[in-house]
Parts: sequence; structure tokens; C-alpha cells
Amino acid sequence: MSVLVYTESENGKFKKSAFEVASYAKAVADQLGSSVTAISFNTESNDQLGTYGVSKVLNVADDKLTTFNALAYANSIVQAAQSENTQVIIVSSSTNSKFLAPIVAAKLKAGYVPNVVAAPEGTSPFSVKRTAFSNKGFAHTEITTETKVIGVSNNSFGVKENQTTAAIETFNSNVNDADFSVKSIEIDKVAGQVSIADADIVVSGGRGLKGPENWGMIEELAEVLGAATACSKPVSDMGWRPHGEHVGQTGKPVASNLYIAIGISGAIQHLAGVSASKTKVVINSDPEAPFFKAADYGIVGDAFEVVPKLIEKLKEFKAQNA
Amino acid sequence: MKILVCISNVPDTTSKINFTDGDTKFDTNGVQFVINPNDEFGLTRAMWFKEKQGATVHIATVGEASVEPTMRKALAIGADEAIRVNAAPTDGFFVAEQLANIIKDGTYDLVIAGRESIDYNGGMVPGILATLLGMNFVNSCISLEIEGSTATAIREIDGGKETVQTSLPLVIGGQKGLVQESDLKIPNMRGIMMARKKTLNVVEPIDATVATKDVKFDKPVAKGAVKLVNSADELVDLLHNEAKVI
Ligand SMILES: Cc1cc2nc3c(=O)[nH]c(=O)nc-3n(C[C@H](O)[C@H](O)[C@H](O)COP(=O)(O)OP(=O)(O)OC[C@H]3O[C@@H](n4cnc5c(N)ncnc54)[C@H](O)[C@@H]3O)c2cc1C
Repeated sequence: MSVLVYTESENGKFKKSAFEVASYAKAVADQLGSSVTAISFNTESNDQLGTYGVSKVLNVADDKLTTFNALAYANSIVQAAQSENTQVIIVSSSTNSKFLAPIVAAKLKAGYVPNVVAAPEGTSPFSVKRTAFSNKGFAHTEITTETKVIGVSNNSFGVKENQTTAAIETFNSNVNDADFSVKSIEIDKVAGQVSIADADIVVSGGRGLKGPENWGMIEELAEVLGAATACSKPVSDMGWRPHGEHVGQTGKPVASNLYIAIGISGAIQHLAGVSASKTKVVINSDPEAPFFKAADYGIVGDAFEVVPKLIEKLKEFKAQNA
Repeated sequence: MKILVCISNVPDTTSKINFTDGDTKFDTNGVQFVINPNDEFGLTRAMWFKEKQGATVHIATVGEASVEPTMRKALAIGADEAIRVNAAPTDGFFVAEQLANIIKDGTYDLVIAGRESIDYNGGMVPGILATLLGMNFVNSCISLEIEGSTATAIREIDGGKETVQTSLPLVIGGQKGLVQESDLKIPNMRGIMMARKKTLNVVEPIDATVATKDVKFDKPVAKGAVKLVNSADELVDLLHNEAKVI
């Protein structure tokens, strides 16, 4: 009857979101008077999970599952849920989790609620708060099925320590050839770069930057801050930046602690994607730009003057606070 | 090749969101409804398969009669036939089961749905649908090529993209990237006239699972006024000492 949490990893190491979903699972388990079991795939060490309240880890050690495969991972999670007699399954809001969660939900006939931003409001009925209307609103959603799948919105719940000792078991999930009917051919990803989904800080540029040749300063600012880079829709439409960086209603949602928008006007479709970010900074030469109404801090000025100065000041700040 | 494009009818992207009936219902007053943007990319890709590879394209929507103008627009863009499941789309599980019911008799080789609808953002219809039907599934699809019964797709992953290969029958959750923005089709007069004559079948819903229920809505609390600063120095100071984000 434990709460099952899928803890994502990459190259054997947990992602930060794994600790956040584990923390969330602990909060749910406390409400239900149960405990947390995690399922991890080919991770080197699972001890860390105990810090966030996980009391049992099912580690799937299977070379076939080294790279993510939605169906095979979903089937393993379903098997773990069945062997643990789990009624609540917690996943993150990563692109991969959003791929596998509906498969898990369909197999278990479970209600699935993504983009959840807070611990359950109640467990009978089971009710959660989530973003809807592309972050322009919140819905309070009851899950009426016996088994439930919850997708936690990144950076919304936070990482919370709850020291326990995790008992670690090897879990043999039963995967067969049919689970790999969708085959990975190539992964194209810049190693070591922070992705928008995982980032605490996102630096984003819009059409105000005039052209792709001017992105050097955006990348430098991101590097100083350890941030991910992003952009507005026209910027990716024109091919200045890759599609995956486009933020907004029809792009990626951003729920970072700090979002810096440079040369972005703040159209409603763009704002929808960033409203879940905690602190928003806007740099724009037009004092009437709508983004100033949605921002916490603003500088009215030319990005080509302001950004280099900001990089310089941040470097000084880093040197002093190192 | 027979393609079904699942079309969700959503408030247009500029809509201001309001609620009525004690914040229990979405207020449709003054709201313009459109084809869900993620589905529009999928529909345009389907038209490409029609023009280049001779595919037949149907569309399907779960919704009450009020969704028909959006369906006619999809027909005007070039879909051949439409199916409406006559029920309010209460949750993603319910919608997926209704769509699965019409697909299982239709021998579709390819089902294109959007990664998510931009209204309730459930993001579950394509995945549940594929699983119920036992069809291959690729989510967050940004490119799709089909040769014979082999499909090569590119899907978005956090921080990059992944190329995958699979076979038909296939369900994809599509999004921007499937076609160029500039290739999105706007219905012309001829298309609109032809759409009036195309078949729009109405089928009654089956008993289906309702797994979730939105009981109440609210809006984010309004922000205080922006703090305008004059220098990078001041900004760094505020981000460190006041916002505590660096
Ligand atoms: C169906 C649909 C879906 C959409 N979805 C999205 C979405 O998901 N995400 C998204 O971003 N947009 C989306 N849009 C587009 C959106 O409406 C806006 O067109 C877009 O966000 C504008 O991008 P921008 O701010 O980069 O460009 P612009 O609107 O051109 O703004 C550029 C800004 O840069 C400023 N600027 C210019 N020069 C400088 C300088 N030297 N220094 C500082 N500032 C400068 C200008 O003052 C201006 O405010 C969508 C539109 C539609 C119709």
C-alpha cells in the first residue's frame, strides 16, 4: 500500500527532479499513513533517496533499459505498482514522464493529473491543485479512480529532507521485445547543458535581439548564472534558436526560480508559459512593453548595453561570493 | 494510408480566462474557439501525407454540437470526412475511450493527436488512446516521415531531440515542428464551400471511464507592481538580497 515514485536519472545519476518527486511522495504518504517506495533504473547509488523520505528502492538493473523507452519503463512501473499494491504513483513533469504517465494510467485504469503544484488538498475525495489553461488558471481536480497517477510540476513543491534509511532491492521487471517496438535511433543533446525543464534559472531572448549572431551574450549570461537558455516563439520560428527552446503556451512551460526575459514583448501566449516562474526580470527598451506588468524587476534599456554590464556585475558578484 | 487527426476545440490563444457558477465552470462568454494549435500542426502534416502520398484524412472530435464550426474549419483545410462523438469531453480518459471506440472499427494506419490541449492541458489523450488500442506511440513529436509501414519520428526531449523508428499502426502526440509555422493552412473560399458538403458523422458516446473531475478553478493572484531599477548593480543586489534567487 505504499506510494510509488518514479525517480528519473541520467547516466546512472538522479536528476534534481527525482528528489523533488520523492519529497512530494513522502508528503502524500504521510497524508495516507503509508510509506514511499521508489523505482529507479540502472542508478549507481540509491542511498540518497533515503534523505527525502524514501524507505524502499526498487532498482531495475537491466542493460536494455539504459536509455529511456516509454513503453518498457511504463511496463516496469506498472509491475512495480502491482507488486507493491500501490494506489498512488508519482512522476515528474519532464518530457519523458509526460510520455510514460498516460501509458501507466491506461494500463492501471488510473486517473492521471499532470502539472500538480501542491500536496493533495485532501485524500478522500483525493483532490489536487494543478495549473490549467496553460498557466492562466488553476484547477482543483478530484481523482475518482482507485489508482491515481500524479505528475508534479517542476520546482513547485521543492526538495524537502525527511531522513530515513532506504532499503534497496533489485527489481526484475519483465520486459520483452514488444516493449521496444519504438526504437531509439539517435539522441541529439548537448552534453553538460542545463535544460529548461531542470533549470533553476532561465535566460530567454526575444526578437529584440535582432538576430542569431547576437545570442553570444545570452549564452554568456546563462553560463555565469548556471542557467538554461530559452527564447520566444518568433525566434525559434525564424530558426535563430532550436524549437526546444521556445517558451510559452505552444512551447515549453517554465517554472524556474528566476526567469530573465530580454527583448521579449510579453505577449499573452508567452506570459502563459512563464507565469509559474517565481521571480521574473525584464530587460526591454520599450517602457510600454506588456512584460513589465508581469515582472518583479525591470530595466528599461537597450539589451546591447544592459546585458554586457549585467554579465560583468554578476562575474564580480560570483567572485566575491565564491 | 488512412489517417485520423484528433481535433480539440479550444479557446484561442489570446483568450482571457474567467470562470462562472461559483468558479466551477470555464466562462465561454466572448471566447473565440479554434483548432488546438498542437492539432493544427498535426492536421497540416496529415494534409502533406494526403498531397504527397495519397493518404485519406479523417478528423474526429469529442464534443457537443457547438464544436462543429471548428470541425468545418478542419474540413475546409482539406480533411475528407469528420466524426463527432456527441458528448461533452469531461476528462482525458473519457475522451481517449470515446476515440478508441471509433478508431477500432476504422482501420486507421496513423492517428495524430496533439501533445496536449491548450485549455485543460491534460496531456493524456494520445497516450491513453495508443495504449487502449495497443498501437505504437510517440509523444511530443516534432517530425514524422512514413515509408511503407515504417515511421521515422523525431521527438522532443528535455534539452534536445531523439529520433525513433517504429511501424504502423501508430499514434503520435504532435506539436509545433511537425510542419513549418509558415506552412499552416488558412481555409480559402473554395475549401470553405467544399467543407459544407463533406460528411460530418455524429456518433453517440459509449459508457466510459471518468477518472478525474475538475471541481473548482481559480486564477493566479495578481502581481504587485514591477520594481524598475536603473543599473545592473542594483539588479544583482535585489536578486541576491531581496528575491534570494542568486
Ligand atoms: C497561436 C499562437 C500561439 C503562440 N504561442 C506563443 C508561445 O508559446 N510563445 C511565444 O513566445 N509566443 C507565442 N505566440 C506569439 C506571440 O503572440 C508574440 O508574437 C511573441 O511572443 C512575440 O515575441 P517577441 O517578444 O520575441 O517579439 P516582439 O513582439 O517583436 O517583441 C520584441 C521586444 O523586444 C524589444 N526590443 C527591441 N529591441 C530591443 C533592444 N535593443 N533591447 C531591449 N529590448 C528590445 C521590443 O521593445 C519588443 O518589446 C503565439 C502566437 C499565436 C498566434
